[in-house]
Amino acid sequence: MTNQQNWPLWEVFIRSKQGLDHKHVGSLHAADAGMAMENARDVYTRRQEGVSIWVVESAHIHASNPEEAESFFDPANDKVYRHPTFYNLPDSLKNM
Amino acid sequence: METLQTPGREMTDLTDYVLHLADNALILGHRNSEWTGHGPVLEQDIAISNIALDLIGQARMLYQYAARLCGGTQTEDSLAYLRDAWDFKNCLLVELGRGDWAFTVLRQFFFSTYQYLLYQKLTGSRDATLAAIAEKAVKEVSYHLRWSGEWVVRLGDGTQESHRRMEAALLELWAYTGELTTDAPYESRLSRSGVAVAVPSLQVPWTQKVTEVLREADLRLSLEALLGNTWMQQGGKLGTHTEHLGFILAEMQYMQRTYPGSNW
Amino acid sequence: MPTATNPNKQPVIQDPACQAGSDAELRFQQKVDNDLKIEPRDWMPEKYRQTLIRQISQHAHSEIVGMLPEGNWITRAPSLRRKATLIAKVQDEAGHGLYLYSAAETLGISRDEMIDQLHSGRAKYSSIFNYPTLTWADIGAIGWLVDGAAIMNQVPICRCSYGPYARAMVRICKEESFHQRQGFEILLTLSKGTEAQKRMCQDAINRWWWPSVMMFGPHDEASPHTAQSMKWKIKRFSNDELRQRFVDMCAQQVKVLCMELPDPELRYNPSRGHYDFGPIDWQEFHQVINGNGPCNRERLSARIRAHQEGQWVREAATAHAAKQAAKLEKQVA
Repeated sequence: MTNQQNWPLWEVFIRSKQGLDHKHVGSLHAADAGMAMENARDVYTRRQEGVSIWVVESAHIHASNPEEAESFFDPANDKVYRHPTFYNLPDSLKNM
Repeated sequence: METLQTPGREMTDLTDYVLHLADNALILGHRNSEWTGHGPVLEQDIAISNIALDLIGQARMLYQYAARLCGGTQTEDSLAYLRDAWDFKNCLLVELGRGDWAFTVLRQFFFSTYQYLLYQKLTGSRDATLAAIAEKAVKEVSYHLRWSGEWVVRLGDGTQESHRRMEAALLELWAYTGELTTDAPYESRLSRSGVAVAVPSLQVPWTQKVTEVLREADLRLSLEALLGNTWMQQGGKLGTHTEHLGFILAEMQYMQRTYPGSNW
Repeated sequence: MPTATNPNKQPVIQDPACQAGSDAELRFQQKVDNDLKIEPRDWMPEKYRQTLIRQISQHAHSEIVGMLPEGNWITRAPSLRRKATLIAKVQDEAGHGLYLYSAAETLGISRDEMIDQLHSGRAKYSSIFNYPTLTWADIGAIGWLVDGAAIMNQVPICRCSYGPYARAMVRICKEESFHQRQGFEILLTLSKGTEAQKRMCQDAINRWWWPSVMMFGPHDEASPHTAQSMKWKIKRFSNDELRQRFVDMCAQQVKVLCMELPDPELRYNPSRGHYDFGPIDWQEFHQVINGNGPCNRERLSARIRAHQEGQWVREAATAHAAKQAAKLEKQVA
């Protein structure tokens, strides 16, 4: 272990107002989850930026690999039939 | 001795009481702000500055109210910057030197526990302005209580050194806690008329909360040794202070004293 | 050992094919040219990473050291309103330092390493903070001039090619705008006050003007990193371009204060459409950078002291967290 006093890194997600998703806003250091929550409140909501906070230790997040981005995401490119605009319908048809 | 409550007397009492609450908040806010830029870690630098800001915000609301009660040319700033130490009515606890992080969080915890209980009751004050100020402040204070309580536990339980420092802080601070729940004459008179909180009634819940947290912080034995120690320092609420306050005011009031009558 | 990969940390893979001039580097430059952001786990040239680490950490250190000269006046602020806004401002700077350290951490360096570099003198911070704050007016002058110069530098970085840095800057710039206004308001109040206040105001402007002009760094021809940084879109304008904008802006704003900038050569040049200004004392600039400013030693030792005195606190919190985790494990078992 390199440095015992180095508190782990946490990622902070904030719901800016009721009805919206939590969004990643940044990270911070804290010794435990309780402290991470309070630090997130003190650091990231000083200007009423939020109504709800999630914190998660950065080490617990699994991320996709950018090297595999092509195989991961490109195959969705030609599946335009998943979008409503793919289907041709007369303008006279309403409410669809 | 019950004296006849004239409106004039109640007015003076109310001003004294509001100033007492304001001075408590300002002086502790000032002390905590000495940490800004010097905290043990960036995140906590921000946290303690937040608490300082909350306290100074409370002080401002209270001074503004006191200035209205005084009438004339008094303002929040004349009350904060142009009174001398003997006019200040804060408890001695809040003026003691900044100390280390253990001293800071334990003092905050003692004070926030008191302030939380006090403001909760003050929301029911017959005085609508005080009730409204308490309503707003109690939310802030409940966070201070949570934050400081967690730090007390963390340091009491953490390492040998942090435990030792907490014990030292406890020993140093204890004799200043009694004043929080001992009422001054203006306070007791106003509590009878439903304006102020009777602080002696806070003593039991205060001790209960403190005992509970100190037990969790592994500081129960040190506390028990002190509980029998009933000699408490006091005087602040009536204007007799420690040597610390004079230095705080010398620094805090320097600009207003050097350049009187200026706008800033 | 956690098996998960920190999403914000650069994986330590060094593909031998990914060398300078390689396909990877071409693809990287193409992305930058097309204004696509580079994210932490994307491939990037080692030099790009190093340049960013240097620039972001230097920026973070400046925020943290910058708390000190202004923090000086928190306990002496002349009114309750000023006291509260000054605390909030200095606190914001701690926040900005934190956002920036976090952005740098996505490049694979820890905050502890960066702080260690600062304390050992290997990393620099903006030398403006090695000047003293002697009067209350200095708080106003810092807000107007120093924060003004900083904003001038920072706004273009909101469009920097490195995603986490750009996002941190967006947040910082939003918050920073109150700082400059606050500073100007302090000076404006002084400028309308007593003779002593006016004197205080002009004196602070006199002392902070040239150091602020120097904040943009050496002239373009003496700035070796500029070309590469512009190509990588880490930097979007040259030092001299930004400096000129700053001088133009302040030359106008100072009139509102009815004060003067301490430069006898300052005058509007209609043929350039800009203000001309006098020569910069580069000797002073280099002396301050190399440790001989009025407050270099105090600033650094204040930071080191805070860090050292905080060590037992950080250790205690770590120890407590470990004990709690162990207890929880026992309960589960």
